[in-house]
Amino acid sequence: MDLEFLINTLSLGSLYALLALGLVLVYGILKLVNFAYGEYIMIAGYGLYFSATVLHMPWWATMIFGVAAAVLTSYLTELAAFRPVRNKSANALIVTSFAVSIFLQNAVLILVSPRARAVQLPPIFSQTVNIAGATTPVRNLLIIGTTITVLILLSLLMKKTVLGMAMRAAADKFTTTRLMGVPANLVISAAFIISGLLAGIASIFWIGRSASVDPVTGAAPLLIAFIATVMGGMHSPTGAVVGGFVYGLLFNVLSITLPASMISYRDAFMFVIVVLFLLFRPEGIIKGGYTEERVG
Amino acid sequence: MSLYARFLKFAQKHSVLPMIMIPVVLVGIGVNVFGSSLLLNVYTYFCVSLIMVLGLQMFMGNSGILNWVHIGFVGVGAYASGILSTAPMVKSMGVPNMFPALVELNMPVIPAIMIGGLVAALLAAIIGYPLMRLSDFVGVITLFATLIVFHVIMTQWDNVTNGPRTFFGVPEFTTLTVALIGALIALVVAYWFRESGLGLRLRASRDDRYAAMSIGIDVVRVRYYGFITSALVAGLAGGVWAHFITSFSPKAFYISEMFILLSMVVIGGSGSISGAFMGTTFVTIGRELLRQVEGTINNAHVLSFEVYGLTEAVMAILMIVILIWRPGGVVGGQELRWPLFKRNKPSVTKEVSDGV
Repeated sequence: MDLEFLINTLSLGSLYALLALGLVLVYGILKLVNFAYGEYIMIAGYGLYFSATVLHMPWWATMIFGVAAAVLTSYLTELAAFRPVRNKSANALIVTSFAVSIFLQNAVLILVSPRARAVQLPPIFSQTVNIAGATTPVRNLLIIGTTITVLILLSLLMKKTVLGMAMRAAADKFTTTRLMGVPANLVISAAFIISGLLAGIASIFWIGRSASVDPVTGAAPLLIAFIATVMGGMHSPTGAVVGGFVYGLLFNVLSITLPASMISYRDAFMFVIVVLFLLFRPEGIIKGGYTEERVG
Repeated sequence: MSLYARFLKFAQKHSVLPMIMIPVVLVGIGVNVFGSSLLLNVYTYFCVSLIMVLGLQMFMGNSGILNWVHIGFVGVGAYASGILSTAPMVKSMGVPNMFPALVELNMPVIPAIMIGGLVAALLAAIIGYPLMRLSDFVGVITLFATLIVFHVIMTQWDNVTNGPRTFFGVPEFTTLTVALIGALIALVVAYWFRESGLGLRLRASRDDRYAAMSIGIDVVRVRYYGFITSALVAGLAGGVWAHFITSFSPKAFYISEMFILLSMVVIGGSGSISGAFMGTTFVTIGRELLRQVEGTINNAHVLSFEVYGLTEAVMAILMIVILIWRPGGVVGGQELRWPLFKRNKPSVTKEVSDGV
């Protein structure tokens, strides 16, 4: 196989895996399909824009600023919107997250501008490197490295710490976990904070591809996260990661094989493939246990 | 029981229909006689929205499935009806790449709207069966993805829809009277659907899927029929809308428009016809007021920037507040009944003894 194709697919898959992972962490515990997730990515993008382009901070400070903006937004939306409707119906939760998403988009539209803003990123994001005859942007390698690091840290957190174990238990049987003395608010807040953190990290690389941000930046990554989680399996972080990589592979294969006249229908093709796949395996690639229970 | 008492009981049972229809007609006449042209437009738009919202409520309210594709079916109806009824001359100018066979088409507006509804229903029948098998969150996401597929096709298929560009020249047909009659028909259809056996079985599947299956309800099948009926109403509404607005682009059938429909259903309460009606009323009034405020602020130039998106932001906050305060919507899944307020509520046991 072509090395360039391999690196491209791995980096795209890494990015998509990060996106999907942030979504599935909250879904696992709250059974909430978070439509506002894309907006965390958008807010992180504006965090990068303000710190880098407006305030001229050093590059490491802009990254922290951007990620912190996403984490804060994620936590605040949990406090203000999701906590009060948590024990209502599943549709109420989803519609709430949709309303939060619309609110954040329009708040940015009013407060900043409807037009796209250029984000200054460190030069390493636009450089390319040559590996064994294959030319590839450095950021593709950066994202593969970042994703591996994040995945290792996250699995350590989930497996070795009390918080992580509580979160895994809550994703499995929330009521039982609460009976064991685990505070519900803490676990859910932690899930939202980690979700925001992953959105922030993914945002750096998402924004890094176009070097600009606008109020609807969040829509595309949200959709990718949706499809990747559905395809991989909504019930486990492993499913999300697998889904992300499979989606990245599918995207690249379609980009290469579709004739030029059909390339604008690529997204439609992707979703049709995913829907067809779900017909045969509605639970996704990675099966989970019995998880009908919702937070109540 | 005397015939009169029986009639009273019947009238009270179905009192929701006249309670909504009479004010809608009276306000309609009032607007037609005394209203300004702006008010006339707003009320026509309100009636068209009511058709769309009732179509959404028919499926979403009874089945509990968040139907993102609804606005997509509205779009299918609008394009189908527009293509069928627009003059070939206008089409060959406006949509240069259109298939010649489509350019030739030219028929009166009413059959065009009807066929538009049927096309939407047919499409729903083709894609619906697999979709209706998926429940819960996978179902929500898949329906959302389906809306995106609709949008991609509408923006890319420039042999039919003129791509992302505006499709214009649709003959104007929808006056206030037409929209009003459409809304009244939609009210009757939505109410009939709700009271029908299909609606009842659909609600049973919403409340407890497994219990419904255990008493012999084919959940996928009742959802499927509900989905097609709802798409038919959406397609017809799209046609009526297209002949009101006369030029539109795929943007009109996407997430932000779906948000408006969804806010109408959610704020009123998706569980009932009354909820859909109240939600449409509140949201239409709220949006018009907010738009006036937005326009006034932007025209006064007191701020150094334009406040685009104020309407949406406030509607979103309102929606969250409603969901926290009354997750079942303002009406809370109940239908309006005559009399509105009973002096002393009869106890449950009394009602049962009356029935026996």
